[in-house]
Amino acid sequence: MAKRLTIALAGNPNSGKSSLFNHLTGLNQHTANFPGVTVEKHVGTCRMPNGSMAEIVDLPGIYSLYPRSLDERIVAEVLLNHRSPDCPDVVVVIADATNLKRGLLLLTQVMDVGLPTVLALNMMDLAARAGVSYDIQLLKSRLGIPVVPINARNGNGIEELKQTLVEPLQPARKPVFAVYDDAQAAVKELRERLGVDNDYEAYQFLEQPHGLQFLSATDRQVIAEVRQRHAIFPGKFHGAETIERYSFIQNLLEAATLKPADEGWKKYSHRLDRILTHKYWGIVIFMAVLFLIFQSIFSWATVPMDWIDGWFASLSNYLQDRLPEGPATGLLTEGVIPGVGGIVIFVPQIAILFAFISILEESGYMARVVFMMDKIMRKFGLNGRSVVPLMSGVACAIPAILSTRMIDNWKERTITILVTPLMSCSARIPVFTILIALIVPQQTLFGFFNLQGLLLMGLYLLGFAAALLSAWVISKLITVNERSYLLMEMPTYRLPKWSNVGYTIVDKTKAFVWEAGKIIIAISIVLWVLASYGPGDKLENAHDYVLQDAANQRLTEQGLADRIAAYKLEHSYAGIIGKAMEPVIKPLGYDWKIGIALLTSFAAREVFVGTMATIYSIGSTEDQSSIKSRMQDEINPQTGGPRFTFAVGLSLLLFYTFAMQCMSTLAVVYRETKSWKWPLIQLVYMSVLAYAAAFVAFQALS
Amino acid sequence: MKKGEVGIISGFSDEGLSVKLMEMGCLPGATVRFNFTAPLGDPVCITVAGYELSLRLEEASTVLIIN
Repeated sequence: MAKRLTIALAGNPNSGKSSLFNHLTGLNQHTANFPGVTVEKHVGTCRMPNGSMAEIVDLPGIYSLYPRSLDERIVAEVLLNHRSPDCPDVVVVIADATNLKRGLLLLTQVMDVGLPTVLALNMMDLAARAGVSYDIQLLKSRLGIPVVPINARNGNGIEELKQTLVEPLQPARKPVFAVYDDAQAAVKELRERLGVDNDYEAYQFLEQPHGLQFLSATDRQVIAEVRQRHAIFPGKFHGAETIERYSFIQNLLEAATLKPADEGWKKYSHRLDRILTHKYWGIVIFMAVLFLIFQSIFSWATVPMDWIDGWFASLSNYLQDRLPEGPATGLLTEGVIPGVGGIVIFVPQIAILFAFISILEESGYMARVVFMMDKIMRKFGLNGRSVVPLMSGVACAIPAILSTRMIDNWKERTITILVTPLMSCSARIPVFTILIALIVPQQTLFGFFNLQGLLLMGLYLLGFAAALLSAWVISKLITVNERSYLLMEMPTYRLPKWSNVGYTIVDKTKAFVWEAGKIIIAISIVLWVLASYGPGDKLENAHDYVLQDAANQRLTEQGLADRIAAYKLEHSYAGIIGKAMEPVIKPLGYDWKIGIALLTSFAAREVFVGTMATIYSIGSTEDQSSIKSRMQDEINPQTGGPRFTFAVGLSLLLFYTFAMQCMSTLAVVYRETKSWKWPLIQLVYMSVLAYAAAFVAFQALS
Repeated sequence: MKKGEVGIISGFSDEGLSVKLMEMGCLPGATVRFNFTAPLGDPVCITVAGYELSLRLEEASTVLIIN
């Protein structure tokens, strides 16, 4: 079988690349990792007019082959590594026809790399509205490559594009930019020594050896030697090259533009900007948008979440009744199914949040948010672009951390990753809800402020404040001086394309389910083992021991079963670890039972509620009010008063606000930062913060 | 430059940043218009090479302009 055609899509951000990708592949798309680079790529398959299947790779949006952010570096690596099996057969460069100049800069660079290239002129409808028209034939002949006008929003021209792609394509005949005379000798030498098949490719190796991961150590050695001999330093010719390319583009466009654009079509966009980035209105509107998003995460999402919760509980019960009793059934119904359920239950909130974020991005508003927030964020060592991960963090830190890749500054990106888990994610809600209900009465202040609601909001604000302050502290501690800048296109406002919104939701939700899922299930299994087994015969004969203890009490059958479950947990390995932890957590006001819950909720915070239910022997977690009343009745043997006093409750709330109780996030941070250093730092600083806050709260209040 | 003013780029005062600015279309000889500032006065939005670009005051100040 012939090798599948691999087609890479490259283009500026906002050029409509993802629309084209979605059009070509539909739902036949998935995310995979670039080999060697721990970054996801979007790949999909597409049926071509001649019946063959082609693999389509969607590269991150870039402006130039000289990388600035991690996303951009990936593109440079894919296009420059000609010996890799992943090297595309054809590159389609998508350029925005309303703003061709900048798109063509990337095109000329890609052409010079020596891969067969096709130019897809996108947004021809907008261009027509702007009154621009181009001489496509002239563009073709001057560039020496196929040029296809398309409209990625409604699919016009896509068939023609596919037709072009199946025809045999050649790299452009002559480079747009001839390597400078000064560099000729060096390029020639490098090509001979490394067997590089193209001038510009060799030239790029000389220009950016640090950025290209695929170069081996010996290759780097050779490059360093050649560079030294010819006195070439990275970036030496970069500026001059850019000017030369633009002058080529300028000449080309002067000849090929039949009618220049008039700016009139942007009139509405400019008017909108006058309101949406207005000194006061801009901020008021942004706050309103945030409020709408949070409101919908917390109110709309509860309906499907309740369904999911009920569905998993009944599945678990159903299997428990049908399957023979034994460790395998126990593992399935008490370990795996609740574990999976604990992940799936957050899908509605994550889907809703990313629906909003994607709409804001598609419409062009997100760029304005970055624009408005940049100055404030910079004060705390972050970047305007950090706003998106921080907002996403309210649903779940995992997709939020994945979205930090668009931050081009390494330091700002790392800080954003480190502080994002302080934003109160949806897994904290069940913990907060039950603890707040326990310590704050259902009362209103001045008639309309619900006290419980106020405390909940306070915890969210506290998390946000902690994120900003930690960012500020960390920015003082990381002493890398990397220049921070913000050069960002402000796209023209337009209506979002709904299918793109849909694809984003599917994509982000999948990322969450897989990333979190793997780890939560693994830990659920470990915890189930720890909680189900223990030394000695205490667990096997739990029934008899409980009967002995409760000989003179009249217990119902259910009550007895619950007692047994609690007894088993106490004498299991988990119970033993909880008791061993007691001296450490005692200053926070916790006993060994809470210790077990802290331990089990390390997989994911919401497990706290389930563990509490088991420890206080309720048997099922469905009824929150029964957990609450059990917890309320729990007596502290030392004081004789209730265990969950206001001080203990608040101390726990603060602990969960700050603590890094999420293995999945740590795993994602490891993947994104490629070292254990940052997840460890994150774990330590957040745990210290949590412990200190809980300690102060408990000691001050009791 | 004041809001709404138009000028022509004559050069750059920062070598490192100039390459990035040029890639984004801020070429010597290009016309720029200062559109508006963010609510807090920084960054700013300009029109250059037929599109809207936002950049921080610090970056904008490295672009030399002749009116």
